[in-house]
Amino acid sequence: MPAAPFPNLVPALPELFLLVAAMTLLMVGVFRKDDEAGPARVRASRLVAKLSILALLVAAVLVVTVSGDERVTTFSGMFVIDRFAVYFKVLILIASALSILIAQDYLEVHRVARFEFPVLVVLATVGMMLMVSANDLMALYLGLEMQSLALYVMASFQRDDQHSVEAGLKYFVLSALASGMLLYGSSLIYGFTGTTNFDVMVGVFASATGDGAALSLGALVGIVFLLAGLAFKVSAVPFHMWTPDVYEGAPTPVTAFFSIAPKLAAVALLLRAMMEPFGDLVAQWQQVIVFISIASMILGGFAAIGQTNIKRLMAYSSIGHIGYALIGLAIGNEAGIRGVLIYMAIYVVMNIGAFTCILSMRRRGQMVVGIDDLAGVSKSNPMLALALAIFMFSMAGIPPLAGFFGKLYIFLAAVEAGYFTLAIIGVLSSVVAAFYYIRIVKVMYFDETQEILDRRMDRPTSAVMAAAGILIALFFLTPGPLLAQAQAAAQSLFGG
Amino acid sequence: MNNLPILSLVTFLPLVGAAFIATIRGEPGVVARNARNVALLTATTTFVLSLGIWFNFDNTQAGFQFVERAAWMPTFGISYHMGVDGISMLFVLLTTLLTPLCILASWESITVRVKEYMIAFLIMETIMVGTFCALDLILFYILFESVLIPMFLIIGIWGGPRRIYSAFKFFLFTFAGSVLMFIALLTMFMQAGTTDIPTLMQHDFPQDLQIWLWLAVLAGFAVKLPMWPVHTWLPDAHVEAPTAGSVILAGVLLKFGGYGFLRFSLPMLPEASILFMPLMFGLGVIAIIYTSLVALAQEDMKKLIAYSSVAHMGYVTIGTFTMTIQGIQGSLFQMLSHGIVSAALFLVVGVVYDRVHSREISVYGGLVERMPAYALVFMVFMLASVGLPGTGGFIGEFLVMLGAFKVNAWLAAFTATGMILGAAYMLYLYRRVIFGQLTKETLKGVLDLRPREAIIFAPLLFLVVWMGVYPKPFLDVMEASVDQLVQRVETAKARMDEPAYATIMTLRGKD
Repeated sequence: MPAAPFPNLVPALPELFLLVAAMTLLMVGVFRKDDEAGPARVRASRLVAKLSILALLVAAVLVVTVSGDERVTTFSGMFVIDRFAVYFKVLILIASALSILIAQDYLEVHRVARFEFPVLVVLATVGMMLMVSANDLMALYLGLEMQSLALYVMASFQRDDQHSVEAGLKYFVLSALASGMLLYGSSLIYGFTGTTNFDVMVGVFASATGDGAALSLGALVGIVFLLAGLAFKVSAVPFHMWTPDVYEGAPTPVTAFFSIAPKLAAVALLLRAMMEPFGDLVAQWQQVIVFISIASMILGGFAAIGQTNIKRLMAYSSIGHIGYALIGLAIGNEAGIRGVLIYMAIYVVMNIGAFTCILSMRRRGQMVVGIDDLAGVSKSNPMLALALAIFMFSMAGIPPLAGFFGKLYIFLAAVEAGYFTLAIIGVLSSVVAAFYYIRIVKVMYFDETQEILDRRMDRPTSAVMAAAGILIALFFLTPGPLLAQAQAAAQSLFGG
Repeated sequence: MNNLPILSLVTFLPLVGAAFIATIRGEPGVVARNARNVALLTATTTFVLSLGIWFNFDNTQAGFQFVERAAWMPTFGISYHMGVDGISMLFVLLTTLLTPLCILASWESITVRVKEYMIAFLIMETIMVGTFCALDLILFYILFESVLIPMFLIIGIWGGPRRIYSAFKFFLFTFAGSVLMFIALLTMFMQAGTTDIPTLMQHDFPQDLQIWLWLAVLAGFAVKLPMWPVHTWLPDAHVEAPTAGSVILAGVLLKFGGYGFLRFSLPMLPEASILFMPLMFGLGVIAIIYTSLVALAQEDMKKLIAYSSVAHMGYVTIGTFTMTIQGIQGSLFQMLSHGIVSAALFLVVGVVYDRVHSREISVYGGLVERMPAYALVFMVFMLASVGLPGTGGFIGEFLVMLGAFKVNAWLAAFTATGMILGAAYMLYLYRRVIFGQLTKETLKGVLDLRPREAIIFAPLLFLVVWMGVYPKPFLDVMEASVDQLVQRVETAKARMDEPAYATIMTLRGKD
């Protein structure tokens, strides 16, 4: 048996670069660390953080340069790169870099500034990039697990803090369960189709549905299990239970990271898996997605109302947002996918922005996370209040802020395809959600308090906050470029 | 006519002023003074500029004028498209007129966060003018909806004791109504393949779809107008908002609803509008009679005026859906005069509120002894609100009733009851506040109108009398556009009477 030809490494260059970079950074950290605690450790962590951000940005440049408009596969068809992958990879890389940037100050204040943190982010990012490019059930699982392993550690990064450890453990146990379901689904799909490769699967399903023959029940059960596993990763109802607890317990910068980059990767994976191999089976899985979408929107809206902790509120908010994004997938056409892509990009910016605000909520140097702690912020810290108000109005979907445009394209696609029920449930639950978003504005602007928050904000965090705020507030001026990118990315998913 | 993009200038000039105010730094007192001055200067300049629209407006033309267009989201064919016709032009002027007056009215009564307050008002002016000028469906919706943010903040930050409840109620009511409209607008976009409002006004939607679209659009505009039974946010919002907030709310924001009916429901969905005519008459009559009775029982001046607004908007609903030239012109005129009269009445309340800090009617009495000029001003606006001949209020109500009479005598009779009840609650209010013995200690030291307040009322007084005595310039502006609108509805009516209507609709044949 001849040896397999050496795979073409060029499409995977960014991932390879990041892997090497992560290992190098680990070395840098180890050799720069002189003593166990003290300024040297903080210095080492700062250096590694800076280098990690640099590495992530270089990888983003590589992603753009090594990819053409064509769809390229390598590693025997297990790894694919197309406009869709590029779109998500760039977003993920930027999100990861920003997460490291805004985390540093928090870690130093809480005396957990270790150089491993940025390295873990980089490793998780590699996993996410593999997820985005997965063209095979095995590659899918490998990427997912690589990402998850790094995330487990990050959730319990503040290891003297009970909540953080609890969050890590909870995430690990539930995530393992989801991975189990996903694996079980994959094995069923493999058993009934005889392949793990997405491209081959397309042919199998096309001929199965083309002949008018019924799809084997086993494969269908497999798809449902796979879907359940992925729904867990995007924290969609009814697999959302872990989200509020993990968001609350994990250190805030980790929560910020959780709410953006892994969400992007999981959504990308879900979109690719549903549209490419199972694209011909829309009729089979559509009801599942419709249910998940509606349940997420409604639960995200109602459950957030009673929250007093802003991190838990953000958790329910993210569940709700996933519900809106999944409307686009439920429609299952190009316009719908384009809507999801735009929605996710805007969601990432809003979420990063909102978390920079949450990270800046401190009283006498200590983090506070109660919504009531924000009372009177508009007087003590007007810029923070303005930024958070912009993000909250935007998340509620009030024009002319960017969040409205995310919803616009989703609902436009829904109406175009005739999914009126989905659209109407969507807009009505956005009214419910608006209530808790504007409640935060109310606390900041209408309530008075004696105890004000610290005015001090570290420079990187406030820079990210300002940039995100301006992007969200002025997105309406030029929605064109993002629209064009999303359009091209969505097309590439349907071209092949 | 030169090529100056005058509508964009008028729309975005306040935003420039707001941006300028945002950069002001320094001592709180200095910042407040500068913010007030800049805001007033910007708003006045905007008003003067907007007069140019009227002077250059061609009354004989029914279509849109001063049209501007630029690509915005070419993927969807959504563009930045502005223009005014006889229906929208006067609303633009109403907005630009009321904004500087609002800023003057808040000169002394707003003492905290003056800078933010002025910014909010100028942003609001941009949004309101933009809403009346927008000729693109998506652009219109964005502007229509974004007014929620500044208004929510104005009620919530500078409002009265129950401001939080009122701000939330205002926000959620309006938001819930307009998201349904949003879906309808998207459906219209998908059905017609364009977001261009002038094109859509000529598009014939299938009748069964029209019914759904019409109901969804109604949800948006009925809450804004507001119509009974979704009017309950209005008294709360009015009572708690600062004086200038109430003025803008009553003067301009309510007109979004009436304007929406005339711009969307009637021309785009004429068949459904004809179909739902009885419903709208019913709701209009209930609004007029029921809210007038409610107004009669109010103890709070602002609440009373708020309920009278709902009643006046009942006239607008009825006038619009008579679909006669008189009715529509009347409802347009009614909206304009109500914009001025109710704004003025809120300012009238604001004057005594600034002095005595109470809106309770029972706190007052015998003000005429201390404030004769104030009593005169109050009387003119009170009578205008009642619809006394010689004031702007009369022309609007009279035309509406003329239109209503053409449709049905009973409708006219019920509508006329509103005038009687209106006279009852307004005169009763006036008697309790102005006449009687001046016995209350708190009122013995009140001073009459100050020059600043007189300046605010002067243009409003002038306008109310002008509109009542010589309404021709206003009616001339509307005539051509209203004519065209009525014709469009008439064609639809004729089409509905044809027996072969169904087949024609399926073939999508025009006329």
